[in-house]
Amino acid sequence: MPLQVSGEVLSIKRVGAYQSLTVIAPGIPELTRPGHFLAVQVGGPESSMLLRRAFAIYAVKDRGVYGGTVEFVFAVHGKGTAWLSARRPQDKLDVVGPLGKPFRLPKAAVNVALVGGGYGSAPLLPLATALRERGCRVDVVLGAGSADRLFGRLEAKRIGSSIVVTTDDGSTGQRGRVSDVLPAVLEKNATDVVYACGPMAMLKAVAEQCAERGIPCQVAVEESMACGIGVCMTCVLPVVGSDGLTRMVRSCVEGPVFLGDRVRWDEVGTVPADAVGAPGGPR
Amino acid sequence: MSVDVTTVLAGTSFPNPVFTASGCAAAGQELHQFFDVAGLGGVVTKSIMLNARSGRATPRMAETPSGMLNSIGLQGPGIEHFLDHDLPWLAERGARAVVSIAGGSVEDYALLASQLRGRPGVAMVEVNISCPNVEDRGQVFACDAKASSGVVNAVRKNTDAGIPVFAKLSPDVTDIVGIARSCVDAGADGLSMINTLLGMVIDTTTMRPALAGITGGLSGPAIRPVAVRCVWQVHQALPEVPILGMGGIRTGLDALEFLLAGASAVSIGTVVFGDPTAPVRILDELTRALEERGIERLRDVVGLAHRPPRTVVPEEPDPVGDDLPAAVVLDEPARAEVPS
Ligand SMILES: Cc1cc2nc3c(=O)[nH]c(=O)nc-3n(C[C@H](O)[C@H](O)[C@H](O)COP(=O)(O)OP(=O)(O)OC[C@H]3O[C@@H](n4cnc5c(N)ncnc54)[C@H](O)[C@@H]3O)c2cc1C
Ligand SMILES: Cc1cc2nc3c(=O)[nH]c(=O)nc-3n(C[C@H](O)[C@H](O)[C@H](O)COP(=O)(O)O)c2cc1C
Ligand code: FES
Repeated sequence: MPLQVSGEVLSIKRVGAYQSLTVIAPGIPELTRPGHFLAVQVGGPESSMLLRRAFAIYAVKDRGVYGGTVEFVFAVHGKGTAWLSARRPQDKLDVVGPLGKPFRLPKAAVNVALVGGGYGSAPLLPLATALRERGCRVDVVLGAGSADRLFGRLEAKRIGSSIVVTTDDGSTGQRGRVSDVLPAVLEKNATDVVYACGPMAMLKAVAEQCAERGIPCQVAVEESMACGIGVCMTCVLPVVGSDGLTRMVRSCVEGPVFLGDRVRWDEVGTVPADAVGAPGGPR
Repeated sequence: MSVDVTTVLAGTSFPNPVFTASGCAAAGQELHQFFDVAGLGGVVTKSIMLNARSGRATPRMAETPSGMLNSIGLQGPGIEHFLDHDLPWLAERGARAVVSIAGGSVEDYALLASQLRGRPGVAMVEVNISCPNVEDRGQVFACDAKASSGVVNAVRKNTDAGIPVFAKLSPDVTDIVGIARSCVDAGADGLSMINTLLGMVIDTTTMRPALAGITGGLSGPAIRPVAVRCVWQVHQALPEVPILGMGGIRTGLDALEFLLAGASAVSIGTVVFGDPTAPVRILDELTRALEERGIERLRDVVGLAHRPPRTVVPEEPDPVGDDLPAAVVLDEPARAEVPS
C-alpha cells in the first residue's frame, strides 16, 4: 500500500551523467521491495506541471537519524527532471510510493543474470543484494550509450559474481549492446533466471534471447504515466494473461515488472486486434 | 462555527459537495489506499460501457501547461464486471456511487441504465454523452441537442424513480445553454459540466502528433475559466437545475468559485493524478473558506455570484474621473467591501 509523504531533500549528487537524489520519506522504506517505483511531484505547489514523475527506487534506509530515506537516480530529460536536478538539501519534495509490483524472487538459490541499461541498473542493485542473501549466483551485464551513463558499475562488481560492461561508443567495456554479450553470459554461467531494466528496445531484445533459451525473465518496463496509481489508464501495454488472452494492462499497478514472454513486444504502442475489447476482438 | 456542508442534488442528499470525476478515479479502490472514499460526497466511476473495451493505442497522454491531453478511448471491462466487482465494493464501504455510463447508441444507454436498476450503492447516474453515435456517422451525441435528448430520455425512462440522472455536457458546442435545456426537457434531473475540450499537441522532435489518437481531451486548471463560464451561463438560464461542476479544480477556493457560479457540488479530476489526496484537502479548504466568510450553510453560496452587483465606493476619489459609471446599481450602502 503506497503512502503520500510530504518529504524533504536530504542530499543530491552528480553520478556521471545522472543525479542521485535522497529524500526523507518516513514510512516508505519499510514497504519497498526491489522493483518498486516512486512518483514525485515537480515544480512546487503552484506548478504548471500537474503530473508526477516516476523513478525506480534505488536505495532505502528505514532507520537512522532521518527516520527513513529513499534514493533514486535520474537523467535530466525535460522540464520536470530539470527542476528536480536543481533541488537542494531541505527543499520540500512530495513523493508517493512504493508503487507497482516489484520483482519476484526465486525461492531456491539459483543462477541469476541481471541486465541493466543506463539508469535501469538502479533497481537491479538492491535486487542483487536480495538475491545474494538468498544464496543466488548473480552475474551482471550493464550497458549504456557511453561511460558516463553507466550507473552502479563498482557496486555491481562488489555484489556480483561477475560483470560485463558494454557501451555504444566503446568509451568503456565492450563496444556494442548488452544483447551482444548476454548469450555468452547465459551460457557460461548456466543462468536459470534473468531480470532486466532499461529502455524498451533493450528489454525486447533480452526477453527474446531468454525466450529462445527457455530462460524465465522478468523485465521492468517504462511507459508514460499520468497518475502512477492506477486511476487514469494512460500507461497500458499489451500483455498476455495466464488465460492466454491479451489485455491492455496498466503498467503502474500490474507492472512495471512483467514476465518477459508475456509482453507483446512488437505491438507495444498499439492495441492488437485480438486484445480483449479491441474492435472485433474477444470481449 | 461549524459549517453545514451537506448538499442536495435533485432530491438526493450528500454529506459534502466533493466528488471524484469520471475517468480520474477508476471505481474508487485505488484512491481508497490514500483516504476513505466513503468520506467523499460521491465516487463518480469511470464511464461504464456494455462490453469490455481496449481503448486507444499509446501514447495516450501529453502534459500541457497546467493541464493534460488524454486519449484513453473509454478502456474498461464492461458493465457485468462492474456490477459483479466494483459496485458491490463501493456499496460495502458505504460509498455513494455515481455511475457514469457511455454507449454508441440510444439502445446501449437504455440497456446500461436498466442494468443499474435496483442495485444497492447507486446514488446517481451520470450520462457521458461525449461519445460518438455509431448510428449517425460517429457524430458526438453531446454536440447535438436532439441526439443528447434521445439518450437522456432513454436513460431517465430506464432508471429507478428515486435516482437522479445527470447529463454530462461537453464545452465543445456553440450554445451550451441550448444543449442543457434539451437535456433537462428530455428528463435530466441535473447537469454535470464540463467534459474535456478537444485539443492537440505536436511533438517538435518527431514532428508528429504527440498522441497516438492524434487529438485528445484537454483537462486540468488550464480549462477552469471555460468551465466556470459554462456553469455560470447554464445556471443563469436554468437556475432550478442542479449542477455538478468540474474542470481544473485544484483548491478549496477553486471549488468555491464553481459553487458561486451555480454548481451544487464539484468533481475533482486531473488534479488527483498529481495529488491523490486532493479531494480530502479540497473539502477541508472549502470548509475553511466558507467559515472565514461567515457562511453557515454551503447551500447558501450556490449561485451567489449571480446576485446583482453592489458598488464598491473607493475611499480615494477615482483618479481618472469623478463620476460613478451610470450602469452601476447601488442596492445598499457600500460597507464591508470598502477596504479599510
Ligand atoms: C516505472 C518507471 C520508472 C522510471 N525510472 C526512472 C529512473 O529510475 N530514472 C530516470 O531517469 N527516469 C526514470 N523513468 C522515466 C522518467 O519518469 C521520465 O524521464 C520523466 O518522467 C521525464 O519527465 P520530464 O518532466 O523531465 O520530461 P517531459 O518530457 O517534460 O515530461 C512530460 C510528461 O511525460 C512523462 N514522461 C516523459 N518521458 C517519460 C518516460 N520515459 N517514462 C514515463 N513518463 C515519461 C512525464 O511523467 C510527464 O508527465 C521511469 C519511468 C517509469 C514509468
Ligand atoms: C484521463 C481522463 C479520463 C477521463 N475519462 C472520462 C470518462 O470516462 N467519462 C467522462 O465522462 N469523463 C471523463 N473524463 C473527463 C473528466 O471527468 C472531467 O470532466 C474533465 O477532466 C474536467 O475536469 P478536470 O479538469 O478536473 O479533470 C476524463 C478525464 C481524464 C483526464
Ligand atoms: S499511470 Fe495512471 S493508470 Fe497507470
